[in-house]
Amino acid sequence: MTAEVLEIEDALAQYDPVMGLEVHVELNTKSKMFCGCPTEFGAPPNTQTCPVCLGLPGALPVVNARGVESAIKIGLALNCEIAEWCRFARKNYFYPDMPKNFQTSQYDEPIAFNGWTEVVVDGETFRIEIERAHMEEDTGKSTHVGGATGRIQGASHSLVDYNRAGIPLIEIVTKTIEVPPAKAAAVARAFVSQLRDLLLALEVSDVRMDQGSLRCDANVSLKPSGTSVLGTRTETKNVNSFRSVERAITYEITRQAAVLNAGGKILQETRHWHEDTGITTSGREKSDADDYRYFPEPDLVPVAPSREWVEELRATLPEAPALRRARLQTEWGFTDLEMRDVINGNALEPIVATIELGVSASAAKKWWLGELARSANEQGVELDALPVGPAQVAEVQKLVDEGTLNDKLARQVFEGLLAGEGTPAEVIEKRGLALVSDDGPLIEAIERAIAANPDVVEKVNSGKPAAAGALIGAVMKDMRGQADAAKVRELLNAKLGI
Amino acid sequence: MSDLTRKTAAELAELMAAKQASSVEVTQAHLDRIGAVDGAVRAFLHVDTEGALAQAAAVDAKRAAGEELGPLAGVPLALKDVLTQEGVPTTAGSKVLEGWKPPYDSTVVKRLKAAGIVILGKTNMDEFAMGSSTENSAYGTTHNPWDLARIPGGSGGGSSAAISAYEAPLAIGTDTGGSIRQPGAFTGTVGVKPTYGGTSRYGLIALASSLDTPGPCARTTLDAALLHEAIAGWDPMDSTSINQDVPPVVAAARNGDVAGLRIGVVKELGGEGYQPGVEARFHEAVELLTKLGAEVVEVSCPHFEYALPAYYLILPSEASSNLAKFDAMRYGLRVGDDGTNSAETVMSLSREAGFGAEVKRRIMLGTHALSSGYYDAYYGQAQKVRTLIARDFAKAYEQVDVLVSPATPTTAFAIGDRINDPIAMYKNDLCTIPSNLAGNAAASFPCGLADEDGLPVGFHVMAPVMRDDLLYTVGAALESALAEQWGGVLMTKAPELEVTR
Repeated sequence: MTAEVLEIEDALAQYDPVMGLEVHVELNTKSKMFCGCPTEFGAPPNTQTCPVCLGLPGALPVVNARGVESAIKIGLALNCEIAEWCRFARKNYFYPDMPKNFQTSQYDEPIAFNGWTEVVVDGETFRIEIERAHMEEDTGKSTHVGGATGRIQGASHSLVDYNRAGIPLIEIVTKTIEVPPAKAAAVARAFVSQLRDLLLALEVSDVRMDQGSLRCDANVSLKPSGTSVLGTRTETKNVNSFRSVERAITYEITRQAAVLNAGGKILQETRHWHEDTGITTSGREKSDADDYRYFPEPDLVPVAPSREWVEELRATLPEAPALRRARLQTEWGFTDLEMRDVINGNALEPIVATIELGVSASAAKKWWLGELARSANEQGVELDALPVGPAQVAEVQKLVDEGTLNDKLARQVFEGLLAGEGTPAEVIEKRGLALVSDDGPLIEAIERAIAANPDVVEKVNSGKPAAAGALIGAVMKDMRGQADAAKVRELLNAKLGI
Repeated sequence: MSDLTRKTAAELAELMAAKQASSVEVTQAHLDRIGAVDGAVRAFLHVDTEGALAQAAAVDAKRAAGEELGPLAGVPLALKDVLTQEGVPTTAGSKVLEGWKPPYDSTVVKRLKAAGIVILGKTNMDEFAMGSSTENSAYGTTHNPWDLARIPGGSGGGSSAAISAYEAPLAIGTDTGGSIRQPGAFTGTVGVKPTYGGTSRYGLIALASSLDTPGPCARTTLDAALLHEAIAGWDPMDSTSINQDVPPVVAAARNGDVAGLRIGVVKELGGEGYQPGVEARFHEAVELLTKLGAEVVEVSCPHFEYALPAYYLILPSEASSNLAKFDAMRYGLRVGDDGTNSAETVMSLSREAGFGAEVKRRIMLGTHALSSGYYDAYYGQAQKVRTLIARDFAKAYEQVDVLVSPATPTTAFAIGDRINDPIAMYKNDLCTIPSNLAGNAAASFPCGLADEDGLPVGFHVMAPVMRDDLLYTVGAALESALAEQWGGVLMTKAPELEVTR
């Protein structure tokens, strides 16, 4: 079948999307979930393993208490109830990168359940219900060698790295997300983005999407507009950036709508998201025959976090994102519209960090939503992937505040920074961007402007000081912008005696 | 010095402590005995001659240097092949692990080594401990030293046969449904299943995680207690191990005073299906204990009759998952890896070739019992029965200190007799299984020979969780009273094995 899709507007005119998200978060504990092996990313293959995480005969798991603590914190931050007593369960299936051929996970007794969180899209608040957050272990990582695509089809052999096997994961599962159809994909993106901020604030995960420490699966189905007839859902895996969440869901909506309109049936299947081509392709067909034969993990004792401990952890939680946003908006004096732009632009955290470095709120917003947002958009990346961070923004703004740069020059400095031309000082040096602060050349330029514009001088002298603006413009032009306009005005006024 | 093999572990320890024998001499004597009789008994799958002698020499050197040594230092031991020992082949009786050398020591082995106990080698067992006769071993059947045409019990038949054949004074077994106690009963030796969690499972190749318990095998009650003390105690590597002091098992074995002890005879474990000679010896033993001052009453445990079916749902369910790791990807047998087959096919071919019939039977049973739609009816129900059995025990222990029964319904049967009748084979464990399901302590002690066949009968004692000491109290009392009648422990009545080397 070809990848026929509808336009998103057409799809949404006929169908209401129903979504659910499953987000896997790798915790940043020092050791793995059930053994003492280190968890650092990027070590040579199979150097961070032991009998336990290799699933050697006889080895037994022991629960990492820090992993449980992180799970509880995440649960609390998502307004979940925390189980008084819960167990791990074995999820049984065979796969070469799974050392025991079962994954130690949780089944019907998750550590956290029945929660909610709120996200803001276009100034509107949406509530996302959280089904559960449970603890589990990661699998190893397979590399397929010898094929053209790096995928298992066509590969001559596969290599397995068990360094990742046993790294603690928290799986966060939302309940069905039903929002106005046109907002669905954006809400999903906002949820994942906000979840990332939350996890960073909790300090439980590094949330490096490029390293796979936050992985999102999106379940999507369609129902004819205004009905309650549930459609068949697909589960799109490998959605590993905020932007992809939005794009992948949009794609699935348009694809499923096209299939349905052509009289076809949606297969219940796993689909793979392709970042480069922006489409999903069919993976494994899922059926009701998938049976993981869950049962309580007999090698582990139940987890029974005391209420005292849970309350201690609750007391350590950082401010809830929605409350924090409201507080920041007041502190910064932003309008609702301005705040919406900040949130939609995923610029909240960089702006916070920039302000912490001494920059005013309006200046921080100006750069992050201006030059930097534009550059990120052009490259199709998130703000934090740019080579310019809060430190550079603060450095440039400091030069503006000192009068070394004006906004126009500052923009050129950012251009240089984004092009990798070095530090702000180096860019200014190379591009010759500093303001002329010496009075001599400025006065010469002013004299040239007065000489060239006798009619303007005439007007000023005849009691219209506002006309002097034209002279300032001429001076700035003469100085190729590398002058402080205020300074020019001051010198000009002195010269004209106004 | 061949008489060294006739001595108990306690006697050998004393001799060595008095420097009247070295560990190397004691070890060599047992290695010689293995060489002489194991061709007929076939208790060992692997004899680690060099490793054992090196360990013995190390103990001797420490003793010569005046270092403080444990009470069993220098005494040799036979290790069931289900526990990992670094660098020593470990198969769990299965082809699927042929040639595998573990890179790590199980906790039991670590503690044995720390105690200076010399590990002679690995003993035969039913594949992955699934069986009651060793006939399910992929490496042949072990023969009962009392009658070589009979099975020694299972799954730990190799360990019990080894001590019964004087190839070792001590052995380690593991008990999931009776795999220490039933072979103990069949070979006229002592077999103790400690409280679940009282001994560490780390490094024990799992059959059923919620049931498996390592424990001691010996020819005397005191020897078993000394070994019990050496291996027991909390292990942070095993989440299910109990963080409490080891019960005073050695003191109990030395004392053996049952005066005032309340003993409950389990009504449901006897009668139809039990061999008359077994029942006769059992009741005589109960009378003997009464004479020694114990208060004996009959106790009913009504749910014990459901123990066997519940066990055969829980065990295969856990086993089906535990045995999934044997997939040829990382270790063990690999079949079909010729470059044309997928990993999935290689897994399938390797498991097909590597597992025996009983293992496959239980994997299929367990996979079915855990399947969606069947889980509640099978695994779920079995767990409920398990709770009911634990309640039966709890109620009984309100009335009495220990419970007793025959260890097995019959004496050792002939090789080949029941191998094609799984249900008949499973019924061997009728008396032993309830203690595994409840996780409490239990043991089998020799109580005589059945009249019909002249084969050993086991006296089964069950005690509450972490009251393992009570087992030894009863065992020691029985042992000393019977020794007066017999002029020694029951083993002295065993026929001499022909030296075949």
